[in-house]
Amino acid sequence: MKADPKGVLTGAHFLDGYHACCEGALSAGCRFVAGYPITPSTEVVERIAARFPSVGGMFIQMEDEIASSIAIQGAVWGGAKAMTVTSGPGLSLMMEHIGLAAMLETPCVFVDVQRSGPSTGLPTMPAQGDMMQARWGSHGDYEIIALCPNSPQECYDLTIEAFNLAEEYRVPVMMMMDECVGHMTEKVIIPKAEEIEVTPRRYTTQKPGKYLPYQAKRNEIPPMVKAGEGYRFHVTGLTHDERGYPAMNAEAHDHCVRRLVEKIRNNARRIIRIEETDTADAEVVVVSYGITSRVAGKAIQMARAEGLKVGHLRLITAWPFPERRLRTLAAHVKAFVLPELNFGQMFFELQRVIEGKAACYPVAHAGGTVHEPEVIYQRIMYAARHSRMREKKEVAR
Amino acid sequence: MSRINPVNQYLRMDRMPHIWCSGCGLGTTVNCFIRAVEDCGFPLDQVAVVSGIGCTGRVAGYLKLDSFHTTHGRPIPFATGLKLANPKLKVVVISGDGDLFAIGGNHFIHAARRNMDLTVVCVNNFTYGMTGGQLTPTTPIDAISSTSPYGNFEEPFNLPFLAESAGAVYVARWTTYHVKQAAKSIREAIQKNGLSFVEIISPCPTLYGRRNKLGDGLAMMKAFKENSAIVNGADTRGVGLDFKGKIVCGKFIDREKPSFLDMYHTTMAERFGPFYESYEGVQ
Repeated sequence: MKADPKGVLTGAHFLDGYHACCEGALSAGCRFVAGYPITPSTEVVERIAARFPSVGGMFIQMEDEIASSIAIQGAVWGGAKAMTVTSGPGLSLMMEHIGLAAMLETPCVFVDVQRSGPSTGLPTMPAQGDMMQARWGSHGDYEIIALCPNSPQECYDLTIEAFNLAEEYRVPVMMMMDECVGHMTEKVIIPKAEEIEVTPRRYTTQKPGKYLPYQAKRNEIPPMVKAGEGYRFHVTGLTHDERGYPAMNAEAHDHCVRRLVEKIRNNARRIIRIEETDTADAEVVVVSYGITSRVAGKAIQMARAEGLKVGHLRLITAWPFPERRLRTLAAHVKAFVLPELNFGQMFFELQRVIEGKAACYPVAHAGGTVHEPEVIYQRIMYAARHSRMREKKEVAR
Repeated sequence: MSRINPVNQYLRMDRMPHIWCSGCGLGTTVNCFIRAVEDCGFPLDQVAVVSGIGCTGRVAGYLKLDSFHTTHGRPIPFATGLKLANPKLKVVVISGDGDLFAIGGNHFIHAARRNMDLTVVCVNNFTYGMTGGQLTPTTPIDAISSTSPYGNFEEPFNLPFLAESAGAVYVARWTTYHVKQAAKSIREAIQKNGLSFVEIISPCPTLYGRRNKLGDGLAMMKAFKENSAIVNGADTRGVGLDFKGKIVCGKFIDREKPSFLDMYHTTMAERFGPFYESYEGVQ
């Protein structure tokens, strides 16, 4: 399906990441946003509050993030495409409803503009500290999808992608922005509506009385209905059977939760997006995401100028994590370096996946500002030196 | 010839038996709600029920309507999103005193402040039934609960006063003894434009009644009958509930105020002039 031209501001613009994100939501067909002010994400909802009423959309400022994160789900079951926008502390408050969205299989988008924590931390300054809470923050077993833009253009493109993935897999999708990508202003190209691919909601073709809300085989995603259409359906956050009715036993729970997990894990290869540069013959590969990927780019240039074979793997989807590709690279790559604005989140995931087949080096940073390229460069050089020494030792043995 | 209960057609009979205890007031409340929905003549396919968590939270699951069993304390913001996405729906929140006024209290006062077009039915049994009979914000002074074993000493909420102060356009209270009046009030509430609130005082003989030596369900209903007084239009400041004291029932507030969507239309029509297309939902 093509985008509704009503919401598409076709042209070349000079936009920051926040405004680009708002335009991406409009292009994707989002017409309902509920939010609560929190630095550094407010510019997104400020633009939404101004833009939505003129395109048949609705913005409501709720009383808190908890309310925002469930109001969007009510809107989705009423037929809307919906999202909320927040930052770290707000995302922490939304956790129960990320679980609800996973359990009800409510397609929706959570935009998280990351700032430094824990707690109130440095509200106006960047970090990448929400990567693990985005993945694991709600209780129980479930999967989500998380995207990491590194430019205003990607804030636009990936917001559309986030809505498309949410509809395709009926999961909450997290847009993991950060303060730098949000405040950065660059050229953003918004294509013509007829050039924008938008995934429509898949509604059932069954008649009321025949339709079962959660009838699906393994890896399958059941079609939806919306309220007011005569289906008289029921959904619950309790473990449920295919009728959507509570089913309180371990067998039903396994059946219910296994599909929530497998629909993403077994489709991971179709979902994952990465960007690779010079990894084919690389001795060292830098793995990065978001704003850090741009700083890492400079560090890689510096290392290559020294003659070192350094590749770059940028995570566009952080979740699901590109396990298979990284394992393949580990066959010839001597070391991985992962800079991020935290004390180790995606780094531990990398380490888990590489299973000791190559050396892994973090470049930790508490946030508040971005890395100095020099620091990442030093780490790349160190990684190369040490992995060579390690290899020599192994040969000698 | 066997006769089928006329209420059955509104219930998910494939989910019976329900989980509620004998003597519980929830069955009566559901009955009143069904009667109200039937009487208001609104197409049933356009009525949606949203519940939170707890014994009353299970109401949504038994009603054969579009129904949503959400998270603890959050049925009102869910209902807000549902209503705004499709304003043609009649959205009714049915939940308990703990769900709506402890964990969800903030959402209630803000929905009332905005005059969101929702009906909120609070089944007030003075306790958390599902978790074993703990103290709620409506437990009267001196009442025993599993977390106030020496008697409650916290001032409880006076729900009609809270609802009126926060901005609700319709406020009524009945007990499960007053089935006709309760059904009528719920009907009026559903027909109202803006946030309407009906409190239903309900017996929980298993936990609240037993701990406080109030007898079985029947004895509690008798007490509702004997201890209640109907004072329509009563000043809500004076209708707070004491342990074993008088229960003032009636329709307290019935006033007109533009709802959230009315105000939205007015504001946007003024701002956008002839370019404003009336907002009819986002579908």
